[in-house]
Amino acid sequence: MPEKYHIKPVATPGRFRRVGKFGSIDWREDCSRCTNCVKPRCVYDTYKKEAAYNRDPSTSVVPLYECRGCLSCVQGCTKGLLGLAFNPEYLALGDDYWKPEILATTWNQADSGRIPVSGAGYRGRFNGPGFDGIWTDMSEIVRPTRDGIHGREYISTSVDIGSKPMRLSFSKDGKLTGETTALIDVPVPFVLDVPPWNMGGQSTAKARLAAAKTLKTLALIPAAETANLPAEQLPFLVPLVGADGFGASEPLLRYVRMVEFADGPQTDGLAQKAKVANAGIICALRLPLQSKAADRIVAANKAGIHVFHLCADLHGREQNVDNPRHLKDVLREIHSRLVKEGMRDEVTLIVSGGIALAEHMAKTIICGADLVGVDTTLLVALGCRVCRDAGDKTHTAECASEVGTLEPAYAAQRMVNLMAAWHSQLIEVLGAMGIREVRRLRGETGRAIFMEDIEREAFGDLACK
Amino acid sequence: MPPEPILSPGGEPQVSVERVVRPAPERYRNALGKYKIGRSADCVACGDCAKLCPEGVHVKPDGYAFSLRPRDHLCIGPECAKTDHYCVAKCTKKALSLARNPTVDTMGDPRWPSDLILSTWHMAETGHVPKAGLEHRVGESGGGFDRIHFNFPTVPAIKVDPAKVDTGLDLNHRNDGRPQLHIDLPVYGGGMSFGSVSIHTILGKARAATAWNTFTCTGEGGFHDRLKAYDNHVITQVATGLFGVREDTIQRVPIVEFKYAQGAKPGLGGHLLGDKNTPAVARMREAVAGNALFSPFPFHSVYSVEDHKKHLDWIKEVNERALVSVKVSTPNDVDMVAVGSYYAGAHIIHLDGCYGGTGAAPDIAKKNIAMPIEYAIAKVHKFLVAEGIRDAVTLIVSGGARTAWDVMKAIALGADGVVIGTAEMVALGCVRCACCESGRGCPRGIASTDPELMMLMSLEWATQRLINLLNAWREQMVEILVKLGIPSTKELRGRSDVLYYAKEAV
Repeated sequence: MPEKYHIKPVATPGRFRRVGKFGSIDWREDCSRCTNCVKPRCVYDTYKKEAAYNRDPSTSVVPLYECRGCLSCVQGCTKGLLGLAFNPEYLALGDDYWKPEILATTWNQADSGRIPVSGAGYRGRFNGPGFDGIWTDMSEIVRPTRDGIHGREYISTSVDIGSKPMRLSFSKDGKLTGETTALIDVPVPFVLDVPPWNMGGQSTAKARLAAAKTLKTLALIPAAETANLPAEQLPFLVPLVGADGFGASEPLLRYVRMVEFADGPQTDGLAQKAKVANAGIICALRLPLQSKAADRIVAANKAGIHVFHLCADLHGREQNVDNPRHLKDVLREIHSRLVKEGMRDEVTLIVSGGIALAEHMAKTIICGADLVGVDTTLLVALGCRVCRDAGDKTHTAECASEVGTLEPAYAAQRMVNLMAAWHSQLIEVLGAMGIREVRRLRGETGRAIFMEDIEREAFGDLACK
Repeated sequence: MPPEPILSPGGEPQVSVERVVRPAPERYRNALGKYKIGRSADCVACGDCAKLCPEGVHVKPDGYAFSLRPRDHLCIGPECAKTDHYCVAKCTKKALSLARNPTVDTMGDPRWPSDLILSTWHMAETGHVPKAGLEHRVGESGGGFDRIHFNFPTVPAIKVDPAKVDTGLDLNHRNDGRPQLHIDLPVYGGGMSFGSVSIHTILGKARAATAWNTFTCTGEGGFHDRLKAYDNHVITQVATGLFGVREDTIQRVPIVEFKYAQGAKPGLGGHLLGDKNTPAVARMREAVAGNALFSPFPFHSVYSVEDHKKHLDWIKEVNERALVSVKVSTPNDVDMVAVGSYYAGAHIIHLDGCYGGTGAAPDIAKKNIAMPIEYAIAKVHKFLVAEGIRDAVTLIVSGGARTAWDVMKAIALGADGVVIGTAEMVALGCVRCACCESGRGCPRGIASTDPELMMLMSLEWATQRLINLLNAWREQMVEILVKLGIPSTKELRGRSDVLYYAKEAV
């Protein structure tokens, strides 16, 4: 049994005051300064903590960033002077996919590295588009490894990236002629991908690489940003090479284990060049997620590339097509096609874009990915509010959270914390299913409940109007 | 001569609780309402509004120079404008105004919108359905019970006398020589352990169950001494951690429940955070105070239906009168699990769907693991019918039944009865802030064992609120059955023909 993989989170609070969900409406002019004031009695000491920030005695509306919304003060005030409202700044966070709740839970996980826990049952909508139309299965009786994160046994979250030929071929004199297995074993089913917009130039790239080293996974970094990286971190680097060639990453090819190419006419030539520099290097192809990507994968696999990185958009949808579908549908289609072609086990699929929560990671793997790429969420872990849709605020100077000014070691620890929480949540899901290793979850749609199927099965015989 | 005390089969004197609706007003100083009545400085305290309002919003006691602060939680809102007692229009000084209370917007969520919370509070306070202004039937989750509705006939085929409607349920359908247990409502209380909730909450539930001749469940935390007076209405839970389970606790009750899984966190074990493990809780669980307590998942002695049968045989041997309930969650193969439990000897199969639960749970489990109960009811009912064993087992469901309407929809989909949990907590004043788990526990004193916080709620008040809620629910059950022309909840079971699925989510 290998040593149990464990990520050690270190509490790393955010640099700025959190945008709170609630604001207090306080009609102070009517306050009688009674001795029965509810504010000092708040069980969470919210008013005491907020006093340092809310110093303007003339305002009647103050944000309560730490308030949990229990309404005890509102209902207890002797004169009924208190009210509660949503903080409009909170409601304006993110967009219709990157909802304020997603940002808040990501910030919490990046602070502490702990699984989000709350009481009072599920609070959201019954189901929804995309990932919200999938439930994962569980098992009532003992299956191997049912102890989750508190368990005695080992749930493996390792996955392989690389070439996995189904059979070996030999020449007449007994020498190997074809490809042999060449794999990178990463202990978690995610890589740290390039966020869709650049904040802070190389400093966030450096943080990503440092986090990848701690997590023992890989960090994708555009070739142009690969200069002056610490030598001991290079085995965790994946240069992302575009049409303009290797650039600063060329001297590093000898040290890295994998390189990823944007798809284009230059790809084959660059891949040859990489193999010359480092015979053991794994070449991956980055493709926009769309159903016709399956054709390209089939062709490229025959031509010798076995790792494919499918990129969905910021909201987890197909790219460059009319009426884009969600990645859960497109990915299942691509996975099934590869199964039919008999080459699913030969290729590695990395899927990124719109993977915002740990549950999205598990569901993407169920739909057919080997592992996922985490991109925008890494920026959110650093305090990003995903406000780019509201305007062009992707420059360091305009970023409310000043993401671009972060010190790489601090930023890396927040990324590590977030991924530690995701790793624990993945183990909870696998434990509930009784699945011993995440490799077996790939494409296991039988261990998921899809909304369309179960609605038909359960409610198909009801009248509809 | 005083009447003979009722004894439990274990010889414990049993307390009886009157089934009477009495007002149980809000325990906080300021009751929250959907609307706010404003009274400006133009008010001359003529007192006309107090005479006008039949809801009691305006109060001007005799001898007072001014009216009291409006009791706006009683206001029925803009619908009042259609009546002849709309205070805003009738005020001669135009000093009154009506607006939506902005605080209410911060309450609730799509599953439990503020209207459902406020209407549950109203029912718990008065024992009856709110007259107007509050939605008390469905939530806004856009699926499941919120998308399934009753298709009421214009004129019911059978004219049912409301006074003769039967809402009772027999729990033993096995015909195995064990006692028949009858409950007066197709509803009983879910398991919440001492530790996860306060003793007042536990006893309030037990007393209300006694009043309504139904059941409550201990949850996984042992059998509190103060519950012994309600033995005949208590279900002992045997869960994977076996906390507080002793031969005595199994022998004293009429139903024993095996908890394999729970809807709050399907596939995961129970978890009591260290802060809530006070010395009193630890004593009952035979654990060390201050340590977080984990229940393993699942029973590590069960690898098959045969192993499961051994569990049930063990209980049946220890208590020869007991009915055995098996609580499972809702995996993909929930129908097979139900059949397996039946053949293992269960009297009651209790399915707990993933959206329910009152306890602390990882967010990822609450939302994503296992299927919502609405799907599982239909799936299991159809499967049990096809297997020819539907009438030999009692199917109880839980996990997201918030209203009497949800209960009736669950029964029409195929359940015999429903277990409730969150609705009871809301009746006791829960606002669903979801802070049950941290620090001292629930800031409103419901799910807390903190000595100061638990005193925020008295036992008498808790009991009355729950009795009132069940009364209001029964009134609605009767109303639904009369409108459908069906004389009993038993006959509603599996009548999915009286339901329809709304094409558009609200």
